[in-house]
Amino acid sequence: MNSEPQTDEAAFREGSGAAAVADAGPSAAPATFRPPTPATGEEHPADAPLSIHDMTVAYHRTPVLWDVDFDAPEGRLIGIVGPNGAGKSTLLKAVLDLIPIVSGRVTVYGQPYRKQRHLVGYVPQRESVDWDFPVSAVDVVCMGRYARIGWCRPVTRRHKAAAMECLDRVGMADYARRQISQLSGGQQQRVFLARALAQQAKLYLMDEPLSGVDAATEQAIIAILHELRAGGKTVLVVHHDLQTVPQYFDYVLLLNMRIVAHGPTADVFTKENLRKTYGGRLTLLDQAAHAMARRGRE
Amino acid sequence: MHWTSLDTSIVIVAALGAMACALLGSFLLLRRMSMMGDAISHAVLPGLVAAFLISGSRSAMAMLIGAAVVGILTAAFTQWVHQLGKVEESASMGVVFTALFAVGLVMIVRFADSVDLDPECVLYGAIELTPLDTVTLLGKPVARSAVVLAAVLLLDVAFVLAFYKELRISSFDPALATTLGIHARLMHYVLMTLVAMTTVACFESIGSILVIAMLIVPPAAAHLLTDRYGVLLLLSTLLGAASAGLGHLGAIWAPTWWGFEDTNTAGMMAVAAGLLFAAAVLFSPRHGIISRALQRLRLTLRITIEDVLGLLYRVEEQGLIIRPGAAIELLRRTTGSGWLGRLAMAELRRRRCIATMADGLRLTGAGRRAAASLIRSHRLWEAYTARHVALPTDHLHHSAERAEHFISRPMREALAGDLDGVRTDPQGRTIPNGGTALDPTKAGA
Amino acid sequence: MISAGEASSLRRRFRVRRVLGALLAAGVMLLLAHSAAMAGDAPSTPSASFDGAIEVSDHDLVRILTLRDYNTRVVVLGTALLGLAAGTVGVFMLLRKRALLGDALSHATLPGIGIAFIVMARSGGNGKWLPGLLLGAAISGAIGVAGVLLIRRWTRLKEDAALGVVLSVFFGLGVAILGVIQKMDTGNAAGLSSFIYGKTASMLAADTWLIAGAAGVVAVGCLLLFKEFGLLCFDLEFAGAQGWPTLLLDTLMLTLVILVTVIGLQAVGLILMIALLVIPPAAARFWTQRLSQMVLISAGIGAASGFVGSVVSATQPNLPAGAIIVLAASACFLISLTFGRARGVVFQFIERVRLERKTRCQHLLRAVFEWVEEGRGNGGVGATESKIPFSGLVRQRSWSRHRLDRIIVRAERDGLIERVGDTHVRLTSAGWDEARRVVRNHRLWELYLITHADIAPSHVDRDADELEHVLGQTMVRKLEGLLAEQAAATVPPSPHALA
Repeated sequence: MNSEPQTDEAAFREGSGAAAVADAGPSAAPATFRPPTPATGEEHPADAPLSIHDMTVAYHRTPVLWDVDFDAPEGRLIGIVGPNGAGKSTLLKAVLDLIPIVSGRVTVYGQPYRKQRHLVGYVPQRESVDWDFPVSAVDVVCMGRYARIGWCRPVTRRHKAAAMECLDRVGMADYARRQISQLSGGQQQRVFLARALAQQAKLYLMDEPLSGVDAATEQAIIAILHELRAGGKTVLVVHHDLQTVPQYFDYVLLLNMRIVAHGPTADVFTKENLRKTYGGRLTLLDQAAHAMARRGRE
Repeated sequence: MHWTSLDTSIVIVAALGAMACALLGSFLLLRRMSMMGDAISHAVLPGLVAAFLISGSRSAMAMLIGAAVVGILTAAFTQWVHQLGKVEESASMGVVFTALFAVGLVMIVRFADSVDLDPECVLYGAIELTPLDTVTLLGKPVARSAVVLAAVLLLDVAFVLAFYKELRISSFDPALATTLGIHARLMHYVLMTLVAMTTVACFESIGSILVIAMLIVPPAAAHLLTDRYGVLLLLSTLLGAASAGLGHLGAIWAPTWWGFEDTNTAGMMAVAAGLLFAAAVLFSPRHGIISRALQRLRLTLRITIEDVLGLLYRVEEQGLIIRPGAAIELLRRTTGSGWLGRLAMAELRRRRCIATMADGLRLTGAGRRAAASLIRSHRLWEAYTARHVALPTDHLHHSAERAEHFISRPMREALAGDLDGVRTDPQGRTIPNGGTALDPTKAGA
Repeated sequence: MISAGEASSLRRRFRVRRVLGALLAAGVMLLLAHSAAMAGDAPSTPSASFDGAIEVSDHDLVRILTLRDYNTRVVVLGTALLGLAAGTVGVFMLLRKRALLGDALSHATLPGIGIAFIVMARSGGNGKWLPGLLLGAAISGAIGVAGVLLIRRWTRLKEDAALGVVLSVFFGLGVAILGVIQKMDTGNAAGLSSFIYGKTASMLAADTWLIAGAAGVVAVGCLLLFKEFGLLCFDLEFAGAQGWPTLLLDTLMLTLVILVTVIGLQAVGLILMIALLVIPPAAARFWTQRLSQMVLISAGIGAASGFVGSVVSATQPNLPAGAIIVLAASACFLISLTFGRARGVVFQFIERVRLERKTRCQHLLRAVFEWVEEGRGNGGVGATESKIPFSGLVRQRSWSRHRLDRIIVRAERDGLIERVGDTHVRLTSAGWDEARRVVRNHRLWELYLITHADIAPSHVDRDADELEHVLGQTMVRKLEGLLAEQAAATVPPSPHALA
């Protein structure tokens, strides 16, 4: 994809350069500069549910996420908040290996996502699929178990029963046989949530599960998210409604192409930080991104 | 191979048809309905047969009317199936045109005695024979199809010129067009009618393969070459004409390379259009695959050059000196290939930005100025991100390393303005002044 | 609960059963084809007209319909199996939103056929050796599909343009190559162009074998990968996140499509092949909301079209089989579009009318109930005795007098209401029960919306209006549970002022 050289952090880091110089002796000018050996240190906690290290993501060379560095604390309900085009969905998709990352590293419970897929549940945006598709609600929930079922094996009664249980948890058991286009927006969102529950994961990534749902569904979904947290799961939720953030989430990640701030809601969800996230002070970041995109094209 | 006036005549007829198709095809492309051209040119078959049966002759007028009717029906049926049956639009197109084409085939075979139409003839056309069928115009014999196609082309051009703005708006944004009082749906059906009529006028002489190819391929190629509406129309028309000429040349020439005789002209014209398209895909200045690869390479080289400058600046800033071998080794480690570093250094030497002294590499005055502005970008960026973004201090460098190559002079000053008077980066190193060469070692100048 | 060991053995058994089922299906198909090809009368050479139909006289009709004739049996079974295979795999193409990719694919096979012919004829073999031609077709078809996908990936052109470019350029190249072949002195090229329009009648027993084999592969493939293909079509992103190799699955699906297309070229021709891939699935969609049923119905429609089309074209002179097959499929489509149980036009219309009637009737009942409740009826007279003037109802629901009449007539027919003179109506006892139920649902829903959805009371009436008519029994029970205290009364009081 992006072939521009990523200068090795350790090699050119001004700090390490200084360290190398210190070894060469203080006043033997002009001493010969020797390339430092590549660093191997890893300061990130190995067992965090989700650990993102200096990740940069670009769509067609336009960077949409820059230098995201984040460790998700275990057992928290984490809200990802930011304006439109801030790269919230992109963040989730990059973690899930759905779009390539330009640089950086993502680990799930200390291992690359590829090896830990069974630990991660995903709720895509509701608009991402065709709801006219000829499947019933319970069929959709069964899809959450496909990875467990494995290649070429049919969905058995046992899996259907498990799917029904998940539907019941989201209060949709009555609608199991309905074709999905006959469900309201909120009900469709609950079906998606049930599918993620069927994945029986430890880490859940949800892309706007509360957008376009009625108030009753919103409450039901929040109740389930709290239930998940109580069960020790870690849940990352892309959220768009600033008013409800302090009420729903105990940890927030403010994102606008970069992480503006993250931490417990009480500390981080401040006017100042929101102004940084939504306000115009970071236009220079945008400018730089556009310059990169433009220069890349020319 | 020898070119005769017969060949010229064939190319003129084909070019006229190709231009008419390519012009209308541009609108189909902009409306993302290119396959509608394919669908209509298949679906008009029953219209042709019906017109033949009713009028009892192969008169051009009857054929045009029959085709226009079926063309509109195809567009309308497709819409109905799409809306009534909630069938995806392309699938409903597939259903409608295959059904109509099948009806046409059955009609042709059923009425074979009374209808002098051959599906093969509709498919291939008889472009090789067009110069033989002449009419007298201004006292000169002119190919009849040339006259017909010229008329169709004129009609199309007149339509496009008359509704230039309206077509543009309704192609890009039908909803907006409707609010502006332009009847977008009417435009749609008028366009479809024109497509059907042009298609039929071309069938007889150049065949449906070529019609479909010219409706789709030249506009697609033109779309890769330009972003402007007017240029797109012109370019697509020209590419249509060019494929006609090249195609005929190819038809009588290319097969001889493998020891064959000449081949079907219409088919080769489609192939020629395909080759032009492939050329556009590869070499289009802005969107071409090869041009983009070259751009990427140039960009990579520029970044490597700047990395070398930055490296030398930092080394000199520490009062040290680096040997060329060590610098190349360092660059090899970061870019993954040694030749890029070598190329960058050679280029810098050519620009007289660096010089190899007895003890190692040094920046020249010009080199130091360039390096200073780069380092200034880097450190300003670090200071800026440190101030506004939650990023651990040890991660700032990584970000600045990428950004520094893309920060223009005005942006640099905007950064400096935002930081108002900060003179050092977060690690406490001096941010070089813009333009003035900082000379930490007082050497080499 | 069952233990893990039991579960895995169960799983294994299911898998075995599934594979066995698939193999059985394939076996039956092969058997059919076999009986067509081997048993029965000795091969007779039919006299085929130029358009591909077998010329028969009227008394042969019975023979054809009973498939007693060897050649007819070959053709009919071959096309039916082809329809079956195309209908099966076409469903996934339709749902993957790639319906017209098959069009580009089938057109792109032509240059392969031509090149294969030239290569085989030049190397001294029989230029028209079918497996060789089909291999050429498959290769160039695959190149065409790859071309479409690459154009979409590497350029800014959209799906339709990518399809059109590949379709027309490959087809043009094919025609040019056929033009070359026609002027070749070696080999007899006549018949190659039958791939364009199809020439069903020239099918041989060997071709039927080929089709049966391909249909078997497609059926087994779709059966084994049913779940994976379904997921791929519904939610590509989720499939990727779960770790399914989406590119591989896509390639497998396209391979099956290429297989079917290439096999079908001879029967229906490359221009109409797309019809067999698109029409049966599109028709099947009108009958069902389940993917598995859709596949079965689509396969059935495909097979039936192939069967009917080839039989009809065999009974009548001058009917090209390929076109008739497509017309049979189109007829199935029209019937499905009109009468389909799940979303046919008539069905949708009836549903809408029924719902509208039900809604109006319920509105009427509620209006009457509320009128009585407000005590605007005949003073202290018992509820069932209350007479309600038309004028009051007209005012309450802003209905026109004409419309009110029609609603009352219908309610009268259902025994819910009766007229008292020309100006008043009265509810029957059945009507009172129904009215009580309707009003109760309405108010429960209103209360639910107010207490749980934070909607201002003044807005509730409209929302409740639209939803109450579709409230099911279970939902009502759930609401009662949620609103236990309000539901204690048989009909809770209205939470807002009545109009």
